[in-house]
Amino acid sequence: MLHPVPTLKETPSQTAGPYVHIGMTPNWADIRGVYETDPGATMVSADTPGTRIILSGRIIDGAGVPVSDAVVEIWQADGNGSYGRPVGSSAEARPAFTGWGRQPANGEGEFRFETIKPGPVPGPDGRPMAPHVAVWIVARGINIGLQTRIYFADEEAANARDFVLNRIPDPKRRATLIARKEEGDVPQYRLDIHLQGDSETVFFDM
Amino acid sequence: MPGDDQGALFARDRSWQPPAYTPGYKSTTFRAPRHALLSLPGTASELTGPTFGDMPLNPLDNDLIRNYSQDGGEAIGQRLIVYGQVLDENARPVPGTLVEFWQANAGGRYRHKREGYLAPLDPNFGGCGRAITDANGFYHFRTVKPGAYPWPNGANDWRPAHIHFSIFGHAFAQRLITQMYFEGDPMIWQCPIVGSVPDKAGITQLIAKLDRHNTTPMDALAYRFDIVLRGRRSTLFENKLEGN
Repeated sequence: MLHPVPTLKETPSQTAGPYVHIGMTPNWADIRGVYETDPGATMVSADTPGTRIILSGRIIDGAGVPVSDAVVEIWQADGNGSYGRPVGSSAEARPAFTGWGRQPANGEGEFRFETIKPGPVPGPDGRPMAPHVAVWIVARGINIGLQTRIYFADEEAANARDFVLNRIPDPKRRATLIARKEEGDVPQYRLDIHLQGDSETVFFDM
Repeated sequence: MPGDDQGALFARDRSWQPPAYTPGYKSTTFRAPRHALLSLPGTASELTGPTFGDMPLNPLDNDLIRNYSQDGGEAIGQRLIVYGQVLDENARPVPGTLVEFWQANAGGRYRHKREGYLAPLDPNFGGCGRAITDANGFYHFRTVKPGAYPWPNGANDWRPAHIHFSIFGHAFAQRLITQMYFEGDPMIWQCPIVGSVPDKAGITQLIAKLDRHNTTPMDALAYRFDIVLRGRRSTLFENKLEGN
C-alpha cells in the first residue's frame, strides 16, 4: 500500500450565513468584550521586514451586486517566500509577520488587508511560483468556501512563468487573478473578485 | 500533525460536498460560479496554514453561557455541553487547531445589526466562542441550545436549531465552515440549506448526538459533534513504500 486509504468522509461544508461576523469578526459586529481583538485583523507589526502594501478589492455577485456580507481570509508567504507558522497573539509568541489575515467585506463589498508583498515560493517542480496570496471567501449563498489566488501586475515576467497561471488557457480568465497596482504612500494592489458572469474569477479545486 | 505536514491532501470529494448552485437555497443563484473549478496540485501555499496552538485564550472563550454576561448573569436557555473530536480522513486526531463557533440565542435571535427577527436579544448572550483542540483533537464548550428561526427564502422557511463551526486544520486547503444540527430535530429534513448536501449520509454527519454520559447532572445536557477534515497522503519515500 503506497498511501493510507481514507477511512472517514470529510464533514460536509455549509454556508457561513449572513451572520458569520458574530463568530469570525465579533468586535467588528459590535460584540465587545469577548475577544480582545478580532482574529486575523492585524498581519504586520512595526518590525515586520518587507515591502508594505495594501491589498484590496470588491466582491461582486452574478447580478453585479456587491457581496456585502462576505468574509475573506488570506494566507501568504513573507517577503522571503517563507510561510510563517504561529499566529499566537501574546507579545512573546507574536511573530513579526503572521501570514494569515481575515477581513469582512463592507457595505460596498470591499475588503482591505494591510500586509507585505510576498516573496516567490517554490512550486511542485521546485521552480519558483510568481508572488501570490492564497484567498478563501465565505458568505451567505456560498455553500463551500471559494479558493482563489491574487497575483501582482508588476511581476509580469514571473507571472508569465507561473505554473498556475499557465494552466488557464484563456488570457482573459488569467487576468481575473492579477491585481493592478496603484501608487501611493503605501502601494495598493486592487482586484475585484466576480463570483459569476462574464468577468468570473478563476476558482480552484486544490 | 506538524510532523507530517508535507504530504498532499486527498482530493476533495465534490460529489459529497454541496455543489455551489442549489436553487432551493435562493442566495446561491447569483453567488455560484458557473465555470468549472480549476484543479491544481497542492503547493506550499495550500499545504501549509496558520497555526494557533500557542494562542492564549481567555478562560471563558469556550463558555457562551458566561463570556458575554454583563453583570455576572448567565444566558437564558437549555444549558448544553457541546464537544467532539477533530479528525482527518485517515481517522488521525487533529491537535492544536482552532475551532470557532457562533449561534443564535435560545429564542432564535442573533446578536447582529442586520438581523430583524422579533424574538428578543438576551442581554447576557453574545453567541460566539472558540477553543483549541487538545493533544487528542478534542474540543468542548458550554452554551445554551439555539432556537429555530424564520428566514426569507421560501414563504415560510425556518432554519433548524444549529451552531455554525469554523475549523482550520493544519493546511489552508483544509479550511472548513459547516453547521451542526441536533439529533431528532424534524426541521433538519425540511431545510434547503441542509438539503444542499447531496447525500443523506453526509447530512447525518452534521447531526450531533445526545450523549447522556457527558451530561453534567442537574446542570447541562451534552451533545457530541465530531468533525472530519481532509486527510493527507503521506509523502512517498523510496525506502518506506508502505507509506507512514
